Amino acid sequence: MGVRRHSPIAPWLFGAPALIGLMLFLVLPFVMAVILTFTDQRLVSPRPGAFVGLRNYQRLLSVGALVQTPERSAAGAPVYARVRSITRGNRAYAGYRPLTAFRLGNRRVTVLATDPAFLQALGNTMLFAVLVVPLQCAMALGLALLVNAGLRGQTLFRAIFFSPVVMSMVIVSVVWAFLFNKDLGLFNQALGWISLGAVRPVDWLGNPATAMPAIVIMSAWQGAGFQMLILLAGLQGISQELYDAARLDGASAWQRFVHITLPGLRQTVLFVAVVTTIAALGLFTQVDVMTGGGPRGTTATVMFEAVRHGVREENIAYGATISVVYFALITLVIVVQQAIRRRRGGGVA
Amino acid sequence: MTPAQRWSIPLRLALHALMVVLAAVFLFPFLFMLASSLKTNDAIFADLESGRALLPVGDLTGANYVGAFARGHIGHYLANSVLITVVTVALGLVVNSLAAFALARLEWRGKQVVITLLVILLVVPFEAISVPLMLLVAKLPGIAFGADGVVLTGSWLDTIYVQIIPFVANTFSIFLFYQVFRDIPRDFDEAAYVDGATPWQVYRHIIVPSSGPVFATVTILQALAMWNQYLWPLITVPGEAARPLMVGMEQFFSARKTAWGEVMAYAALITVPVLIAFVFFQRWFVRSVVGSGVKG
Repeated sequence: MGVRRHSPIAPWLFGAPALIGLMLFLVLPFVMAVILTFTDQRLVSPRPGAFVGLRNYQRLLSVGALVQTPERSAAGAPVYARVRSITRGNRAYAGYRPLTAFRLGNRRVTVLATDPAFLQALGNTMLFAVLVVPLQCAMALGLALLVNAGLRGQTLFRAIFFSPVVMSMVIVSVVWAFLFNKDLGLFNQALGWISLGAVRPVDWLGNPATAMPAIVIMSAWQGAGFQMLILLAGLQGISQELYDAARLDGASAWQRFVHITLPGLRQTVLFVAVVTTIAALGLFTQVDVMTGGGPRGTTATVMFEAVRHGVREENIAYGATISVVYFALITLVIVVQQAIRRRRGGGVA
Repeated sequence: MTPAQRWSIPLRLALHALMVVLAAVFLFPFLFMLASSLKTNDAIFADLESGRALLPVGDLTGANYVGAFARGHIGHYLANSVLITVVTVALGLVVNSLAAFALARLEWRGKQVVITLLVILLVVPFEAISVPLMLLVAKLPGIAFGADGVVLTGSWLDTIYVQIIPFVANTFSIFLFYQVFRDIPRDFDEAAYVDGATPWQVYRHIIVPSSGPVFATVTILQALAMWNQYLWPLITVPGEAARPLMVGMEQFFSARKTAWGEVMAYAALITVPVLIAFVFFQRWFVRSVVGSGVKG
């Protein structure tokens, strides 16, 4: 040991193909993305992009608010002037379009943004993550506990629960698009049958209120088996002696779960939650195949907007800006994870 | 003594029943896909109101599969996807294991810096760089094989290799190899070096033969990822010639939304080979996933 027995360039020769590949196809595009955000580069253009400062970020993230008092609330509901009649021709609101509106007392507050579609997509992406991460992790934990219970046939059941993971998300989306179909889908057929016709058919993917929840349920179904296996490995890493000792002390199954299983799984659960969150924030395939971002923009996501602007509209600089914002989100998730891990004193992992 | 043996029989039965119900929840989309792929559209709709929707019963037909080949060009896309997956995985096994060998078993300056860099790069999701990477490959000089022989082109877009080359080097694969190579006892290679062996011989005759499982793990994870690629070919391969399966599936689905049977046949053709591989190599799939869990 310590004595070098090979030529000093040998390691570089071994590492070169991989390192060159990573530099060219991972590091360089990342650096390019950051530089592009300060330009107006187009995908296909004879002209090189010009420096535009923070204009892309401004367009992406600028928000404002318009507060209106009712014009006359004579005999009933208050009436407000049309937002467009105020913003049109007003320099202060140039480029702003309404994102959403809400009531505050008798005032109406209209939130304006220069790219309301992106902010809506950002909100949709967060909503997806907030819904799918707990659902998928809880499903995965339940499945892991079930196939770890020592019941007969658990290897078979483990394989069945895992099988959607090996299926491509495109295929899953296509098959589920049929299951979600309003008139002929299996879900509406089953609902109608169970409720004896009382429940009207739901247009799952065509209704702004149900489209995202439908994608959430499908995504959790597809991915839970993956987390199940990782949690299962975590479960099997908990010492059986702890359970035996607790049982001798008369602890109930629930007490053993709360005081041994959950603390023992803490690191694994944190890891699984972070991996699931990062994947959720990149939501794209399901949306592209099933809804194309609709209805009324309720399923558009950050990645969907990045591809729409960067590739389909050939505004690569703007698409890159969205990618950088997406990466900032991921970084935030990892910083939060590290903070939780440190605070809980979770050990060496 | 397993935990279940301590549980009462009614509880065990209840848990078993729960598992069976859940298994049905996880299996029914597969069953619906397979059963529908063998029926005419009329039969699919007629069967929807009963359990027959999930069973291959009634007048079965292979016409949907014929349609998937004739109208969906699935044979062509299948060949592209197989080529892309096999070449990427094969090159990746060599390139990434060589890099991991240099990191785990050779002494050199700058090694720690490279390892730290790799750990940082591990968390960059592909989605975050896909749009700028697309601009990059659109400007790289490429080659094309046309009627006039080999010609130089100004872009990698719309080729098979744009779906291969960027994915050969993979931080995660390097890491999986690195963790295994690092833990192989050093006695053998020390002895081999004393006898005048080169690093290549040590890699080839000591390290690779003693780490078969990690090669299988990396093969499965990479093959699944490549087979299921969607976003990247969607944005870089607009034409039909180099189109892979998943993009072909999406196009077929958009164009023939009402031809349920044909779409399901197309989906079944893509899924069944992977499911068969999964059934045969289940143990290795499980190992791969658990291995990927050490990432944290």
